[in-house]
Amino acid sequence: MSEFLDILFGLGDKLTAHIVLAASAIGLGIAVALPLAVWASRSRNVARVALGFASLVQTIPALALLALFFPILLSLRAVFGEGLPTLGFLPALLALALYALLPILRNAVTAQANLDPGVLEAADGVGMTSWQKLHLVETPLSAPFIMAGIRTASVWTIGAATLSTTIGQPSLGDPIFAGLQTQNWALVLAGCFASAALALIADNLLGLIERGLARRSKIMWGSGLIAVAAGIIAALSVQFGGEEEDTIIIASKQFSEQYILAQLIGSRLEAAGYAVEYRDGLGSAVVHNAVASSAIDISVDYTGTIWTNNLKRTDNPGREAMYQTIKEWEAEENGVLVLGRLGFENAYAFAMREDRAAELGLISLEDLVRVAPQLTVGGDPEFFERPEWIAVRDAYGMRFGQTRNFSPTFMYNALTSGEADVISAYTSDGRIAADRLVVLEDPREALPSYDAMLMISPRRANDAALIAVLEPLIGAISVDAMREANFAVDRQEGKLSPKEAAEQLADNIGL
Amino acid sequence: MLKFEGASRRYGDVIAVGSVDLEIAKGSFVALVGASGSGKSTLLKMVNTLKVPSAGKVLFAGDDVAAQPPAALRRRIGYVFQGIGLFPHLRVGENVAIGPRLAGETLSAERITELLELVELEGEMADRMPDELSGGQRQRVGVARALAIEPELLLMDEPFGALDPITRDALGETVRELHERLGLTTIMVTHDMAEALLLADRVLVMEAGAIVADETPHALLAGKGGDTAQGLVAVPREQAEKLAAMEASGPK
Repeated sequence: MSEFLDILFGLGDKLTAHIVLAASAIGLGIAVALPLAVWASRSRNVARVALGFASLVQTIPALALLALFFPILLSLRAVFGEGLPTLGFLPALLALALYALLPILRNAVTAQANLDPGVLEAADGVGMTSWQKLHLVETPLSAPFIMAGIRTASVWTIGAATLSTTIGQPSLGDPIFAGLQTQNWALVLAGCFASAALALIADNLLGLIERGLARRSKIMWGSGLIAVAAGIIAALSVQFGGEEEDTIIIASKQFSEQYILAQLIGSRLEAAGYAVEYRDGLGSAVVHNAVASSAIDISVDYTGTIWTNNLKRTDNPGREAMYQTIKEWEAEENGVLVLGRLGFENAYAFAMREDRAAELGLISLEDLVRVAPQLTVGGDPEFFERPEWIAVRDAYGMRFGQTRNFSPTFMYNALTSGEADVISAYTSDGRIAADRLVVLEDPREALPSYDAMLMISPRRANDAALIAVLEPLIGAISVDAMREANFAVDRQEGKLSPKEAAEQLADNIGL
Repeated sequence: MLKFEGASRRYGDVIAVGSVDLEIAKGSFVALVGASGSGKSTLLKMVNTLKVPSAGKVLFAGDDVAAQPPAALRRRIGYVFQGIGLFPHLRVGENVAIGPRLAGETLSAERITELLELVELEGEMADRMPDELSGGQRQRVGVARALAIEPELLLMDEPFGALDPITRDALGETVRELHERLGLTTIMVTHDMAEALLLADRVLVMEAGAIVADETPHALLAGKGGDTAQGLVAVPREQAEKLAAMEASGPK
């Protein structure tokens, strides 16, 4: 319980970022929806198209909508130039504003349609211009209904804003995603609790405004409005008031190793006097682009990932050649500095329970081909789309009986519970030793290497002082040390936070 | 004062009003009578351009109404209709003062009281909200709102249609009296011939978009105006005769 409270009170930053994001998105949603509703009330066709579009947007899962803005904004760079951010606040704002559109628009259009025709006839009859009619009659009479729409939109948006973590925008989703990854339920609970509480408070205050408008009580809607405004202003001042100029931003993807390494790097930088900020739980593709565009300063990425995703290569020239090629490519294409390799690999590998492998007599992937049609394979959500899987499939002629997707954390549970016979494991994973798993050999070298590399953004690539702080990490982390640290976070009993695990790792490797 | 020149209104093939030529003199109280769908409301609304003629035109004080900005035109013409249409979010006084407010003037509290008293309401009612009033009181406010702009012309579309007979009668008399006192020109649409005969000094009977009779109440009662008009006059007359006969024969 006290852990939960500690986490909860440590969420101030995320909370204010969340408020600023949600409020901006709702504001933008209102700014678009209200003029659109006025137009829709004057034209049936506009109403049909606008409501149709808003409903369509609503059917797209929020997570997908957020992710879709990355390619959209990337292609818009052709128009707006390279400075257009493709990650973080802007795409989150746009996606959430689109999401907020429907309830506001629908309520506004419905309110307009349900206005007493007698009142509208009187408005024309007494000689109101269409603007006077709008602001003297239609707006005040529709206001309570529009407010109800804004209220619904706000609750949705505050909830959906937690998903913006995945595209690099800090929010209350950060503890939720980090907690899910490391199975730290106190973290998940704290994030959910904070976002639910925020939604409830917003709902009540906006409800007060709505009732105030309906009863035409200026005190009621006025005080509601003041409270909402005060909350937003407070969040804004916290967000932008104390912002330090020279903050180093460190990214991590959605798994424990990344959280630990981010903390390891961050604590070194802090010890050297830098201000550090973390962007945790980013999507894999997001991280590389964020570093290349200097939206993020430091990340840890893997040779195999960059090789296939960014260089679009499918061949396998061997570990050393792959690294050198990537290092040169990053410097030339993106201006990203690949400072060096940390010393361990986190490659894809096929893992099984030791007893099960023994029972079936399996040592290598060549043996697995034989029995695969009777087995179920589990992979992380992207694995079966990845070239690694295609390479293994084609090199060995591998055909599994059944294919299932799991989040990386649950993949191991699936193996121990028997829901999967084989999984696409990661070689640095602590659970390989802890769960008594065997990694099947790859005699045909179909799986590429995955050396962990320290990546520095173009903006920091020439920062000698920064590089001096980071250099000792190069070649310092053995796969055993990494596995141990990963397991310390992933295990069920006596688990450490990524920060604690990073401290222990630093001790182990003598830094 | 008001002149219709071949004014017509069609909806596709349906003729709501077919080529009406008509002149209305300043100071007259004209009733437009007819069954539902006869086109009387449409003809009335052509005056303040709530309906626009599909052919022909309407001249108000010599100018084509269609050539004027609608809002400015309507601020010179009082309009009272069955739906009443008080603004529910405004106080009675604010409702009364809305016309001048639109033109940028503020009515004094005294003037609002005066207008309310004109329609036989208490001045204190100015602070009430419309939903606190009875139907008859609301339509009285509707009339006061129409009079607040000191109109040259007062248009009334079934103004008492939703009211009970007693309220209806009293309000009719109030309006006729105001018409005299303020020197208004009034056009009232009604489907009730008795009301038209009692209040107006000129009765126009409409059928299928055309004016089929244009008589004084006396001439109508004397049997002029043709079959349609006489059919409408017959209804209240027969009712009155039956009531007189009942009275004469004593209790059953």
